[in-house]
Amino acid sequence: MDPKRSRNSPDSPESTRFPDEVLERVLSLLRSHKDRSSVSLVCKDWYNAERWTRTHVFIGNCYSVSPEIVSGRFPAIRSVTLKGKPRFSDFNLVPENWGADIHQWLVVFAEKYPFLEELRLKRMTVTDESLEFLATSFSNFRAISLLSCDGFSTDGLAAIATHCKNLTELDIQENDMEDNGGGWLSCFPENFTSLEVLNFASQQGDVSFDALERLVARCKSLRVLKVDKYVKLEQLHRLLVQSPQLTDLGTGNFQQELTPRQFAELESAFRNCKNLHTLSGLWDATSLYFPVLYSACGSLTFLNLSYAALQSGDLVKLLPHCPNLRRLWVLDTVEDKGLEAIGSSCPLLAELRVFPADPFDLDINHGVTESGFIAVSCGCPKLHYVLYFCRQMTNAAVATIVQNCPDFTHFRLCIMNPRQPDYLTGEPMDEAFGAVVKTCTKLQRLAISGLLTDLTFEYIGKYAKNLETLSVAFAGSSDWGMQCVLRGCAKLRKLEIRDSPFGNAALLSGLAKYESMRSLWMSACNVTMNACRILAREKPRLNVEVMKDDETDSRVDKVYVYRSVAGPRRDAPPFVLTL
Amino acid sequence: MEKPMSYESEDHLNLKATELRLGLPGRDESDKQSSPSARNNKRASPEMEGVLYAENEEQDCTPPPKAQVVGWPPVRSYRKNCFQPKKIEADASGVYVKVSMDGAPYLRKIDLNVYKSYPELLKALENMFKCTIGVYSERDGYDGSDYAPIYEDKDGDWMLVGDVPWDMFSTSCKRMRIMKGSEAKGLGCL
Repeated sequence: MDPKRSRNSPDSPESTRFPDEVLERVLSLLRSHKDRSSVSLVCKDWYNAERWTRTHVFIGNCYSVSPEIVSGRFPAIRSVTLKGKPRFSDFNLVPENWGADIHQWLVVFAEKYPFLEELRLKRMTVTDESLEFLATSFSNFRAISLLSCDGFSTDGLAAIATHCKNLTELDIQENDMEDNGGGWLSCFPENFTSLEVLNFASQQGDVSFDALERLVARCKSLRVLKVDKYVKLEQLHRLLVQSPQLTDLGTGNFQQELTPRQFAELESAFRNCKNLHTLSGLWDATSLYFPVLYSACGSLTFLNLSYAALQSGDLVKLLPHCPNLRRLWVLDTVEDKGLEAIGSSCPLLAELRVFPADPFDLDINHGVTESGFIAVSCGCPKLHYVLYFCRQMTNAAVATIVQNCPDFTHFRLCIMNPRQPDYLTGEPMDEAFGAVVKTCTKLQRLAISGLLTDLTFEYIGKYAKNLETLSVAFAGSSDWGMQCVLRGCAKLRKLEIRDSPFGNAALLSGLAKYESMRSLWMSACNVTMNACRILAREKPRLNVEVMKDDETDSRVDKVYVYRSVAGPRRDAPPFVLTL
Repeated sequence: MEKPMSYESEDHLNLKATELRLGLPGRDESDKQSSPSARNNKRASPEMEGVLYAENEEQDCTPPPKAQVVGWPPVRSYRKNCFQPKKIEADASGVYVKVSMDGAPYLRKIDLNVYKSYPELLKALENMFKCTIGVYSERDGYDGSDYAPIYEDKDGDWMLVGDVPWDMFSTSCKRMRIMKGSEAKGLGCL
């Protein structure tokens, strides 16, 4: 399909113009959407060449643009990535039926991009009807990925399986998905063999195992297989025997009484998986069955143990077999001793996430502390991404940690008790985050917690020059804090704040800045309707959306501000006021 | 809806009593702080109230934690749902299983958590039922003894005590039976 395009700029002399065909050929090699954005700003010729050659579009906020505008500018799109709700919707801070419904996008795409191949959605609402529409409207459709989405059930998956003859990827992660049975797997036709990625780990019920086994057996290009926790160990064995070429495996339930023969067979099946670099699932795993994995662990670079409530002893046994780990996710049941084991066994570790097994238990005898974090930082100098949930922390510990690992790009520390000070000195945690921003000059993402005054924000504004995403909760003393950040962090794109004493002066100090950002979220702060109205009036290219519980209170409960070329939302529910 | 209401006021009390705050003098912080959280608890959407209070119910009658605020700690609901039902730590309440003995008029109950190994368990059973169970061997089971201990596992099958590692046994054993030697011999032949 090569539609006629008008060659423009007829007044430029031929000899100095770069031939369109060459320009387009060169630009078609560009993959990064940031590079493409830059290219499109050079001049009209380049803008046009870029728009004709773009095949993948990334839309970080589905309301910043409309499907009509997108399809008007980019005629040749084959792959779309869309993100919807604000991130705090993951934690129930955004009410039901807020929006971000994919359907209208699909309707426009069906007309403008009939050859669409890939759709990747995050935090969008997707109904079964939409999935059926998708499956039947795009004959070339190949890949669908749904992360943190809601609104659909396994019936929608059945529609995809039934109609998408060339499907290579079905990736359903961490969604709020209704379970209407595992029959959808049987909907893949018997002659269907193209699947490369199959992830249904978040399903909450049984699947038809026979159908799954036959599917895996006939899809010889399958490289990613992540099953749900209802698939048993002996079933896993049968799947592995059919797919030793896997690079990415998510096991089902890892606890089942096996006979010695079954144990040996499973171990042999894992031994045959010579290309495994990612392992996850492992529900209910105990160290009892780790030995079946050892032969496959040598090549692992990513190990996700966050669904297995392991003790420190279990990690001590497992980790020496995984010397090539770059990314590791664990539960805090491993405690500091487990983290020490990480520090001593994983010298190449670049990313660590420690999730709380019991987030609502404030008993400080459980979980990990600052010592564990220090131990990891000592043994893993390449650490650049950390997500750490803990119940106690000190300023001194964090200072030590960033001394050991100055290359942090993502530092997300969650001290689970709101406004908790340094537990040894009783002081605020300002110096901790001060140390982070002063030392880690490459820092792009920061999440702060603990007792924090405006000083933390002064530090952030002064030192965090590469910061793009900042998450704030229960922090700060006055408007000054937020003002420091808005003034100082030139590269800030996403700012999300909850339960902090920032008010109108703070909100309005960012007037000039918000158009250069993707979005601002403030909830349970001290912002009033008046300030929101002023913001909306002064900046017509921003959408200022307010959610208020109480009619009589002038304060807003939640305000969501984002730049948009599509104007105000037309699908806002009654509880969202667009000013 | 009395339960949620009393929970709300308890929450306020705790917050005020235990909060450490730094703020400019002269500002009435307490009012400003409590109303946002009050509005947090007054959720517009009934579904989210469900989330907050459902989590309370799962706390099992322990007093509500100090500050259980909506959406905090920031753990995705998907991840929380995976863990609420399971408590991995050894329960203080113990793992009690029924033990029946052929010919005995009534059953007994024992706490498997009290024992750390098979010899301990078998000795306790011998004491409790005044019988001889003898020594386990992989090949012959309890051959040669008057009695053999068997247990019902999670799948509903009757298994010989001693075949699997202790930890696996103690977590999968649902009930036990002390079988007469004569019957047990039949078991050993399988």
